[in-house]
Amino acid sequence: MNRKASALKAAPGDNSTAAFDIERIRADFPILKQKVYGHPLVYLDNGASAQKPRAVIDAMSRAYESYYSNVHRGVHWTSQRSTEAFEASRGKVASFLNAASDSEIVFTRGATEAINLVAASWGRNNLNAGDEVVISHMEHHSNIVPWQMLRQEKGIVLKVVPIDDDGNFLIDEYRRMLGPKTKLVAVTHVSNALGTVVPVAEVIRLAHDEGALVLLDGCQAVPHMAVDVAALGADFYVFSGHKLYGPTGIGILWGREDLLNAMPPYQGGGDMISSVTFAKTTFKKAPHRFEAGTPAIVEAIGLGAAVDYVSAIGFDAISAHEHGVLQYATEKLSGVDGLRIIGTAREKAAIVSFVVDGIHAHDLGTIVDRAGVAVRVGHHCAQPVMERFGVAATARASFGLYNTRAEVDALADALDEARRFFGR
Amino acid sequence: MRDELRELYQEVILDHGRSPRNFRRLEHPTCLAHGNNPICGDMLVVYLDLDKAGRIADVAFQGQGCAISMASASMMTEVLKGKTLTEAEKLFERFHDMCTKDDFDAAAADDGDADAMERLSVLSGVREFPIRVKCATLAWHTMQAAVKGEQEISTEGAP
Repeated sequence: MNRKASALKAAPGDNSTAAFDIERIRADFPILKQKVYGHPLVYLDNGASAQKPRAVIDAMSRAYESYYSNVHRGVHWTSQRSTEAFEASRGKVASFLNAASDSEIVFTRGATEAINLVAASWGRNNLNAGDEVVISHMEHHSNIVPWQMLRQEKGIVLKVVPIDDDGNFLIDEYRRMLGPKTKLVAVTHVSNALGTVVPVAEVIRLAHDEGALVLLDGCQAVPHMAVDVAALGADFYVFSGHKLYGPTGIGILWGREDLLNAMPPYQGGGDMISSVTFAKTTFKKAPHRFEAGTPAIVEAIGLGAAVDYVSAIGFDAISAHEHGVLQYATEKLSGVDGLRIIGTAREKAAIVSFVVDGIHAHDLGTIVDRAGVAVRVGHHCAQPVMERFGVAATARASFGLYNTRAEVDALADALDEARRFFGR
Repeated sequence: MRDELRELYQEVILDHGRSPRNFRRLEHPTCLAHGNNPICGDMLVVYLDLDKAGRIADVAFQGQGCAISMASASMMTEVLKGKTLTEAEKLFERFHDMCTKDDFDAAAADDGDADAMERLSVLSGVREFPIRVKCATLAWHTMQAAVKGEQEISTEGAP
């Protein structure tokens, strides 16, 4: 397979517009110049973690090189500058989600910690034996296991909304599952394994009709679409920074301010207290009561830069481009002999999971890797989904704003090569 | 096709992967264990029948996984038949070294397993693919667990 670097440049019809110049965007991501085994890197594993634009890398370097210090403690110049930058990032995330105030944004290590925080704090204090938590069949393990742990501890009941053979969220089944015992609905906004976009506005409306709260796992949604928590009317929304072109080690819990302030702290330590004596400690209000200890300062600043980056491009342009790539990938991959796409829901984000007859996903992954193409293979931390579709593992191409149709072609070529190799 | 891939997916491996030998369940095994590689979803069960002298009278496996893990399990069942547990243990050690050590010398320390090692040497291509070593050794780890009386092993340290 001889492919020149130039072959990966945008082809006509790549949805480049004045507002969205794919070549300029690709130039923003230094790693995309990387060669892998002599081939241009074709990075299609954005669902696992996205690459970082220069703006994020520079913002983090600048923080370390020019004003880094601990936050919320020092009277000195660096601490004040760091605190300002850290809190400015909180404000950027608040605007990004259209939160009512900055106080609704809690920095966590990632979406996993954010869900665990809600389970441990809100869940442990508001849920009792027999109370029901509703999740869906296509949750990431991070939105299953914390609730199972709570089930073990409190005797709550976990209900699972089924999906159909295309991976659609079955809203009628969901409606029938709700009742007076339903206290929380915790579902993904977009499935990481299938790409399904869950009709979350409807999910929230129905849950609220029963007096239940709703937590949305937005990890796979925020990189692809504008999210407005106020318009959705959600109660909690979580995501990870590193899937939004930001750094690892930082994530977001958004929660309605009244809910957050009624929740007990998650961890105890410094930076989350108003006063401490050996007799009694009083806690700060949200978000600080949930941010014990020195936070991931520079990562938070990097996330702020990532939010600025995607906001400047805008989700109208990003979604239009990605949908073009998704549609192209769906058609192109459907043309590969023996390939079956897992997840064909009516509304999808730019994720294509697939299996190829007679070739295990792990072998596919290794072979396409040698052509410079990075895809995820395995169960995607969503084993119930794999089981639902009767497969042990899939390969998954998950697209980001910098991916092109030429890169889809590179994947398809590499898959053809794998098929020839395995004599399929 | 790149050479390392040809080296990894030799025809013998593809053949074992497609039609694994001893791919069956033993009805009354002396011991068995389940092996999981949670990273890629490989799952297999290894069954062992030991005779009175402690030799492996029969060994078989069932499961699903990538070509490398299936081929390795298949080849393992072929080379282990008739071996004592000590010989099996030693063979695993040699095989593991072959899969992981760049300075592995097939000719060195020949302890009577030259034949088996020669057959297993088609899997030595995994050395160039560190992430795939677990695929090649899963069946062997599972065999070892079965012998030790452990029910289940995982390449990620937790069941």
